[in-house]
Amino acid sequence: MELQAVLMAAGGGSRMMELTYNTHKPLLPVGNKPLIWYPLNLLERVGFEEVIIITTKDVQKMLTPDRLKLDGKMKLDVVCIQLEGEMGTADALRHVQQKIKTDVLVLSCDLITDVALHEVVDLFRAHNASMAMLMSKLHEFTETVPGQKGKKKAGEQRDFVGVDATGQRLLFMANEADLEDGLTIRKSIMCKHPSMRIRTGLLDAHLYCLKRCVVDFLVENKNISSIRGELIPYLVRKQFSKSVNLPNNKDEVEMSQKMEGQTNLEILGSCKDEELLRLTQERSCWNDHHGDMSEAYHGGKVRCYVHIMEDGVCYRVNTLAAYIEANRMAPKLIEDPPIHPSAVISECTQVGADSIIGASCQISDKTSIKRSTVGASSTVREKVKITNSILMNGVTVEEGCNIQGSVICSNAVIGRNADIKYCLVGSSQRIEPDARHLDSNLSINDSALGSLKMSRDWPA
Amino acid sequence: MADADETSKQAERNTNVGDGIAVKKQDIARAKNEGKELTKDEKQRLRKEKKQQKKNKKDDKGESEHENVPLPPSQAVVQCQSQKAPSVAPSLALTPVSVCTSEKPAKSKAEQRAERRARQEADRAAKGKKGESAQQPPSGKSKAPPNELQPVVKRLPEHVQVDDPAAVRKLAKKLERQQIPVRSEYGYKVSLFSHLHQYSRKAPLTQQISIPSTVIHPYIVRLGLQYSQGIVAGSNARSIALLHAFQKVIQDYKTPPNEELSRDLVNKLKPYISYLNQCRPLSASMGNAIKYVKKEISNIPCLCKEEEAKKQLLSCIDNYIKEKITLAATTISAYAIEKISNGDVILVYGCSSLVNHILCDAFDKKRKFSVIVVDSRPRLEGREALRRLVKKGICCTYVLISAVSYILPEVSKVFLGAHALLANGYVMSRVGTSQIALVAKAYNVPVLVCCETYKFCERVQTDSFVSNELDDPDDLMVTRKGKIHLENWQDIRQLGLLNLVYDVTPPDFVDLVITDLGMIPCTSVPVVLRVKNVDQ
Repeated sequence: MELQAVLMAAGGGSRMMELTYNTHKPLLPVGNKPLIWYPLNLLERVGFEEVIIITTKDVQKMLTPDRLKLDGKMKLDVVCIQLEGEMGTADALRHVQQKIKTDVLVLSCDLITDVALHEVVDLFRAHNASMAMLMSKLHEFTETVPGQKGKKKAGEQRDFVGVDATGQRLLFMANEADLEDGLTIRKSIMCKHPSMRIRTGLLDAHLYCLKRCVVDFLVENKNISSIRGELIPYLVRKQFSKSVNLPNNKDEVEMSQKMEGQTNLEILGSCKDEELLRLTQERSCWNDHHGDMSEAYHGGKVRCYVHIMEDGVCYRVNTLAAYIEANRMAPKLIEDPPIHPSAVISECTQVGADSIIGASCQISDKTSIKRSTVGASSTVREKVKITNSILMNGVTVEEGCNIQGSVICSNAVIGRNADIKYCLVGSSQRIEPDARHLDSNLSINDSALGSLKMSRDWPA
Repeated sequence: MADADETSKQAERNTNVGDGIAVKKQDIARAKNEGKELTKDEKQRLRKEKKQQKKNKKDDKGESEHENVPLPPSQAVVQCQSQKAPSVAPSLALTPVSVCTSEKPAKSKAEQRAERRARQEADRAAKGKKGESAQQPPSGKSKAPPNELQPVVKRLPEHVQVDDPAAVRKLAKKLERQQIPVRSEYGYKVSLFSHLHQYSRKAPLTQQISIPSTVIHPYIVRLGLQYSQGIVAGSNARSIALLHAFQKVIQDYKTPPNEELSRDLVNKLKPYISYLNQCRPLSASMGNAIKYVKKEISNIPCLCKEEEAKKQLLSCIDNYIKEKITLAATTISAYAIEKISNGDVILVYGCSSLVNHILCDAFDKKRKFSVIVVDSRPRLEGREALRRLVKKGICCTYVLISAVSYILPEVSKVFLGAHALLANGYVMSRVGTSQIALVAKAYNVPVLVCCETYKFCERVQTDSFVSNELDDPDDLMVTRKGKIHLENWQDIRQLGLLNLVYDVTPPDFVDLVITDLGMIPCTSVPVVLRVKNVDQ
């Protein structure tokens, strides 16, 4: 067995509470499929046969195969965790440590991508790396986000990612929030890699291949609670730390382990390093860098690699804007026909080619649906115009409505002749007939939202 | 190989012996006199004729002497694999060097045997892919007698038949059976080398297998990736890595019920070897290592318990590496140090792990010498050799191969590494080696090749076309000042990029081969092979 997949699906979606206060994030419909379907589909396409899903009890009930509409025979092993304590992703990984027998591929449930996964895994395999991750060029979201009242959200703090000349080796990673005085780069890194590119416009896809010894290291060091926040920067820094003089025999190893409180990652990793591998590297006439006197990889045992996708689809659905954008992109990723066969659409309606209609919908006459997604079991009456909008499951839209650029959550009812522009209608809300709403958030109010804030460490 | 054609020709000749030997002789005379291009059939016929005559002379001793038409060496063509370029090779050594006593053939015995052999040949021809000559006689009734002198029929390896659609189909079927994906060819191939595979490094085989690979052991997948990306390069490194991966496979192996370890494990290894072959063609050293491992596995007694068997196999592999690679390197450097004197200027080419080892050892033993490292594009492996030698403290100079004739007057010895040593004494090594040997010969500089015995192989090759390896042509693209030259080479119809990996050096240019058995001349390689075979 080479790799085991672990899907983190216990995040609360704290950055889009308007959508997630009623529907759990893994089950949010994107293109009429639950959000968790996309990473599962990616894993299945590539050939995984088993996935370990870490999630909450409520979500677990919904994760039956027919609900998920998975075609293949992938086995889902769902593990529940309690959300009362602040459990980070690393804590969750520690929780399932017993099940992990080989190297592990960790991904987050809100990742929608069509990356060729072998690119990431090949880096991991070929260089015997401790960690390989996926990043993508950040796309600017062009759609107007409803309910923002025109205010621009303060820009997210940038990530500074330093890669070497080949663009594959990860040398430096820090978030703007941690860099108060400025960006400092250690001299040892500059000596070993004189040419470094620092990029800021990258999106971390939260897809990591981790070696087995890293998981063991996590088990030993219980103070690391978040993979993205703490483990990855630690690994990246560890590549260049002064290497401990690796002891040659087992007694010394044990002694040094007792001396240090924290088990050294290198010792854990290098005990497995074998004589023959060293001999191979010695005899091989390959080096990953040229110009200085050191051997391949500068003799470092910890190596972190990154695959940066320049083009292709890669979204992390953790904000409202990303959610809307993902819905636009969804038709390209799904092979199913955009209009579900069981939907009932009358003849005089106009349904645009880039719209998705869910199962068992009823669309009446003289409606026009353009660039929109209509969820399953929704009812749309006559003379309705829906443009650029997202309707979730079970929505009822009465006659004569005009919905533009909005997000309507599940089971909402829009009264007749309502005019909704750039609004967010919450779950099970009722909009009165003849209402006019422009650019507002019509869900439960913010104070109620605040009390529902969930764990902040989750990929939210 | 040549032997296959040989036996067919023998059969041919024997059947036609009664038919009109005079007619054939006339043909030969005509061809010689007119000197025009013979058709393929005619050439084959003629060759068979001659061999048949020789065979008959050998068979029937004690007959009266009969002067045969002296066979000009130019006509005794020993066909190498490709029938396209019947190179006139002076390797008459391979034809069964029969006693050249000219004797009149005794027709009755010869004819019987001929018929039997003809039938054997016809059977083989029916199975074979290449269209044999149309003159294959209809099968006789008697069976072919087992003749110890008759060499084993060898099939052409598939990796030199890429332009033959039947061979490609056969390979695809075989891979499909083993559940290994087929790697697709890349780019326009230069016509002289269109019979070889050419792959792109950007399209690894891992694209087509499932990610937690179930069919192929993960270590083998990793190894294949490292081969195709060039991370493990160099004959010794590849062999060690291969044996290491085999150790892992053996460790993880569990005998299925009702199967024997000795038979099942060999079958398990076959798809892995095909996979590695797809990633990068196997080297001669790897081939020998695989043969050894397979032999060891099949020698496991059936009553042996699985744990014991596995332990035994693992220790066998360890011993092989220790003996054939590590200890051999020590022995070779002990011999080679005798040849390095103080004040020498030694020329090395590319990065050979063995030559580097020798030079570092010699430096440790306080010999005073300096080294000139010659390098060539696109691999530029000399940089790595340079780094290792300079790190040790040896004085080095670095030149590109275009400057070889300029610096050779200053050189006192040339040390070359080898990828394989072929049975006819030719040295197969990194492309450019034969050039260096040639120029060194012109300047009367001794050329010493260092090679372990496990790299000796029974193949015979006299040119670099027939069996070689084509690397990714995109490696030849170079970026200078931000501009990538040859960027759109695929768009130009008439342009083909050729990135050869190996070439063969004739034994005339090599003065000495230093092996772990001692210092031998190049032509003694068949002796070593024979001794090795007897041992095993």
